[in-house]
Amino acid sequence: QKTSIQTIGEEQIQNPYTELLVLKGHQDIVRFLVQIDDCRFASAGDDGIVFLWNAQTGEKLLELHGHTQKITAIAPFSSSDASEEKKHLIVTASADRTVIVWDCSTGRQLQKVSCFHSTVKCLTVLQRLDVWLSGGSDLCVWNRKLDLLCKTSHLTDAGISALVELPKNCVATAVGKELIIFRLIASDDESEGWNVQEVKRLADHQDNILSLVSVNDSTFVTGSHVGELIVWDALDWTKQASECNFWDSAVHPDVQPEIKLSQTPNETSVQHLTSDEECVFAAVGKGIYVYNLQMKRVIACQRNAHESSVLHIEKLPNRQLISCSEDGSVRIWELREKQQLPAEPVPTGFFNMWGFGRANRQANQAAKKVQENTPMYFLELVGDLIGHSSAVQMFLYFGELGLATCSADHLIILWKDGERESRLRSLTLFQKLAQNGDLPQLKF
Amino acid sequence: MISAPDVVAFTREEELEDELYSEPPLPEEYSVPLFPFASHGANPWAKVANSKFTRDFILISEFSEQVGPQPLLTIPDDAKVSGTFDLNYFSLRIMSVDYQASFVGHPPGSAYPKLNFVEDSKVVLGDSKEGAFAYVHHLTLYDLEARGFVRPFCMAYISADEHKIMQQFQELSTEFSKASECLKTGNRKAFASELEKKLKDLDYTRTVLHNETEIQKKSNDKGYYTTQAIEKANELASVEKSIIEHQDLLKQIRSYPYRKAKESNFHPYEPECTLDQVDGGCDPELTTSDLSEPGEMQLYTHVPSYTPKLIKAKSAKCFDKKLKTLEELCDIYFFTQTLDQLHQIERTFRGDVCYLLTEQISRALLKQQSVTNFLFEDVSFLDEKPPEKQHRGCQGLSQDAVDKKCSEESPTPKVVINLGSYKSSVESVPIKMEQEIEDSQEPKLPDSITFEHQENLDYLDADLKGSISSGESIEVLGTEKSASGLTKSESQASLPISSSPQASRSKVGSRRTVSEDSIEVLSTCPSESLIPEDFKASYPSAINEEPYVDDEEGLRFTPKLNPDDTDEQDDISKQENLVQVDSACCIGKESPNFLEPLPELGQKPCDEDGVVRIPPQPYRQVEQGLRGSFGGFPSHDGISGGLLPYELDSRYLTGSREVSKSSLDECSDSTSYISSAASTCSDRTPSPAHHCQASERHKKKAGQNALRFIRQYPFAHPAIYSLLSGRTLIVLGEEEAMVKRLVTALSIFVPNCSLYAKPVKHWVTSPLHVVDFQKWKLIGLQRTVSPGGVNVLHALSRYSRYVSILDADSKTLRCPLYKGTLVSRLADHRTQIKRGSTYYMHVQSILTQLCSKAFLFTFCHHLHLPISEREPEESVVSRRMNFLKLQLGLANEDIKIVQYLAELLKLQYIQEPGQGVNPLLRFDYVPSFLYKI
Repeated sequence: QKTSIQTIGEEQIQNPYTELLVLKGHQDIVRFLVQIDDCRFASAGDDGIVFLWNAQTGEKLLELHGHTQKITAIAPFSSSDASEEKKHLIVTASADRTVIVWDCSTGRQLQKVSCFHSTVKCLTVLQRLDVWLSGGSDLCVWNRKLDLLCKTSHLTDAGISALVELPKNCVATAVGKELIIFRLIASDDESEGWNVQEVKRLADHQDNILSLVSVNDSTFVTGSHVGELIVWDALDWTKQASECNFWDSAVHPDVQPEIKLSQTPNETSVQHLTSDEECVFAAVGKGIYVYNLQMKRVIACQRNAHESSVLHIEKLPNRQLISCSEDGSVRIWELREKQQLPAEPVPTGFFNMWGFGRANRQANQAAKKVQENTPMYFLELVGDLIGHSSAVQMFLYFGELGLATCSADHLIILWKDGERESRLRSLTLFQKLAQNGDLPQLKF
Repeated sequence: MISAPDVVAFTREEELEDELYSEPPLPEEYSVPLFPFASHGANPWAKVANSKFTRDFILISEFSEQVGPQPLLTIPDDAKVSGTFDLNYFSLRIMSVDYQASFVGHPPGSAYPKLNFVEDSKVVLGDSKEGAFAYVHHLTLYDLEARGFVRPFCMAYISADEHKIMQQFQELSTEFSKASECLKTGNRKAFASELEKKLKDLDYTRTVLHNETEIQKKSNDKGYYTTQAIEKANELASVEKSIIEHQDLLKQIRSYPYRKAKESNFHPYEPECTLDQVDGGCDPELTTSDLSEPGEMQLYTHVPSYTPKLIKAKSAKCFDKKLKTLEELCDIYFFTQTLDQLHQIERTFRGDVCYLLTEQISRALLKQQSVTNFLFEDVSFLDEKPPEKQHRGCQGLSQDAVDKKCSEESPTPKVVINLGSYKSSVESVPIKMEQEIEDSQEPKLPDSITFEHQENLDYLDADLKGSISSGESIEVLGTEKSASGLTKSESQASLPISSSPQASRSKVGSRRTVSEDSIEVLSTCPSESLIPEDFKASYPSAINEEPYVDDEEGLRFTPKLNPDDTDEQDDISKQENLVQVDSACCIGKESPNFLEPLPELGQKPCDEDGVVRIPPQPYRQVEQGLRGSFGGFPSHDGISGGLLPYELDSRYLTGSREVSKSSLDECSDSTSYISSAASTCSDRTPSPAHHCQASERHKKKAGQNALRFIRQYPFAHPAIYSLLSGRTLIVLGEEEAMVKRLVTALSIFVPNCSLYAKPVKHWVTSPLHVVDFQKWKLIGLQRTVSPGGVNVLHALSRYSRYVSILDADSKTLRCPLYKGTLVSRLADHRTQIKRGSTYYMHVQSILTQLCSKAFLFTFCHHLHLPISEREPEESVVSRRMNFLKLQLGLANEDIKIVQYLAELLKLQYIQEPGQGVNPLLRFDYVPSFLYKI
């Protein structure tokens, strides 16, 4: 039985992206995109090179060479010295066990540290404290000059996979199945020194924690490989709510066994989490789920949003959601409210459109569930972007400048609003005409 | 495309005649008055009765000192070409109008022979008996064994069409000058190395003789010299003299290229850097040092492999020896280069003159449309310097490598723009004066140079006594100089004018010192007018008379005397104009060249300031010009003002034939005029494109295929719409030939995205990516059944939103709907057009219209930007759509075509010069439909 994936066809009125620019440069999979400022972004990947691009023109601004192996983490870092103008830096970590701080305006290497025992897998900048943290087999705290302020003892060989800042100088780290909370304590002897102290270990997840996201000052969320989503209180680190296997069709007792067999763990793993104030958006397997924090339940989902795993998901300001997947496509969704009378029977076709439709029985199950939850939301596909020939690893939303996507096919594609670009080109054209002084007097 | 030369295409006999006669009447816009004798099977392009050759060809002849004028080779090298035409006879003719009278040898009052750096002369002559007209380019090459060290040669472009020769005179002159310069550069090299060898021989001989004399002296105890000894001593003395002579010659030949280089448009031909020591020309310092040293020492280091021979006192009589061939004279490399150039000339000027002119006009017009011309035209040739008037002075072949190399090696500054014509008989050689000073301090070479100045003057006097020697039936119809005036303003503009009066004075002085080069004053060409005024006065020569002032009042120009350097050039150009009139009068008002300078006097050349070059349809206008009434001449600005100067074309097209007729009438009194030759085409070969024959053939073929396509496929319109709106069209098929044919056919509808690359890929076998759609707008794709083929198809379905797919095997098309009207005019399957080239022209003219619409749309400010700051975007959009629909009359999808072209124009215009256009892919989310036959 084939799962039906929603398609939109060739007519996409709401899809603004009618122009694309292919940015070539990388020699291997491009895994990371980070925004530097309003019109610049950096890309990094398995070739160990960092490129800086102009998001408007697609111009390659700088090539940063320094790492010998693939880049494992990248974080933008803007210095906020009151005296000088804002300086944009980026920190990159690589599998060659080095971390480099780059100057984005010159492309120079400012600092390089190579005293790590293992690969640094995550980097977090704590702007407030003016320090940054690196997470590998241990957690290190650095100041801006790249002096090691303090470090934890060796935690695990697997290392820290995710790192998020919490209030009260705390950080949450995902180490395997465990969630460890550390607190930074200002050391007494030195003015700049910090000590790091383990505060709590939380072992509620059944499997490795893959994603960790901070929702607001009082909440953060974790997702694991087997599809558990836990909402934590950011202050006392208690479990506020959890959804276990709620998207796993295996929980339904009457599910057909062949489906169960085909259910690989990957299809339920929480690949990526993002959130706004109200909801957490989870990329789980091939699907997208919207979990409402207040209602503490999933309010909308697309079980088969993509043909294969969704790798990255992002919420746009305009109730839209963008997801990218291993199938090489990027899809734009809109979260819409659908007022449904509870008494009205739900036709099966309706669910089919959602991507629920596996079997009638299952649909009925879902229908019952849905009927309880009013108002109803659903994710409507408003457009898809086909350009990459391989998995789209990540994307970066630049507002009206467009969307940058990076992929395993070594390319970065800048998707742009064709109308806007055309208008901008006209503007440039007439500016240039005026400059050249041969503005034609054509007025109609 | 602008000047649709459909007339030519239609009447040219290039395809089946039957087809031509059976076809239905032409649409109104193509109708031309029929040739009155068409019913008798004759056509105006029929072969002239008395021309004995089948097509134009190039003849190289030599005035051999042994056998007299003889033909050496023809291009194309095919006996059929010249047919029954008597090459020997014609060689005699063309060689007998050599005005150079190149004087070499021992001038009176000089101890040593002097080389003359003779300028080429260029004349047009006609032979009424043979029905042949020729552009003749005389040149001399140096040969140590030849009499006076020179061998006169000439290259002639021979055609049965007099008009072609006359109207293409400048172009021919330019091209042949290149060829000639190539030959001469090679010849100087060869001559220099020959001289070096000879010097070594002489030196060796001297040593041998010296030793013998010593031995004789020793053995001689009688106290008096034997006759034998005296003889030996004489012999030794003559060898010594010979050495000095040859050294002097070597110095002269080496000094030449540098002198030329001073003229800044001279590009000596330097194939290998290893060779240039021999030539020694590119580096002036090296030359100077070379010359200031005694020659022998370094000569040995140069060519160590050469073993000197003993030279007998009495050399063999010249009739016994075999003269060097042209190839030997010129160094094989240069010889082949020249042949290439000549072949190029032959290809360029092949065909009907009407066609050539049309081609030139449309090129000139196309050049003006600098903003839009890249879209559908091959504009790469516009970057080349067109073979037009301002181009004449170009030296050497325009090969980038050579030029680059020269500019690298030569420290002399080169002005990129050609400075008028190097034919000016004046040359500035400041370095030479330095040499004189240096050399005069050098004890070893005392005489030859110090006398030079005086000698030169002597030469001039002697030279001037030479005169025109033309055969009875040969008429000089036109001469080179008549258009020299054209270049003057350009040369003024580009010449680094030295403001100091001192500099100008020294220039004049140096010119005089090298006036040995102004041999050319002998010719009737107005080259004499290039002699500075004051210099001229001292010549009582009959050639320098100025007789034509009285009867041509209309051409009297009040001399505007500026006290700066440009004065001289002004004078020269004025004189040239006078001379032009003169020559024109003499030759039956046929010169095409003097038409243009007349209205242009004191103006810049038209191409520079964007004024349309006046089409060469000039005869009545010339008359007007000659009568001094300039009012009737069309204003250039008026023509250039319009976007699409169609009126110009029609005027020209109708003009050509009348012109030839009127010229017939006007010139009927001229005994020299060969009436039967008027407006004939000398060959049956298809007229080539001015630049690339291959592209012309390609156009024709593409046109044919496109015609076939639109007749064969009912869904041709949406396919063409896809191409015009920038949606990549993929032609999918198993058979490569068929796919390529379709791609060729459709390629004429593909707008170019940038100046150079045409976004067409004829054959691809691997799966496509999004990058390909960015780069290519028309792709031929292989369909295979192999697993790889599955990938190809998979990629195609994945990216189906960006492409239209034409399946050549199953004859289906998958693409968006088209409901516009534009394409139906472009590709009407019921079209009356039968010929590929005609259809190509048709397409081009419609596309040009489209371009002008796109241009208008792009450059209307208010269509894209708000008039006031508060104006909402919506009103701009509605204004834009109104403009497209109402003003431009576009319907439905046609709007998208113009919008796409406008985007291309914008991208091209705002592109920064350094970087290329950012390749971006624009697309629409529109549904596709499947079309079947």
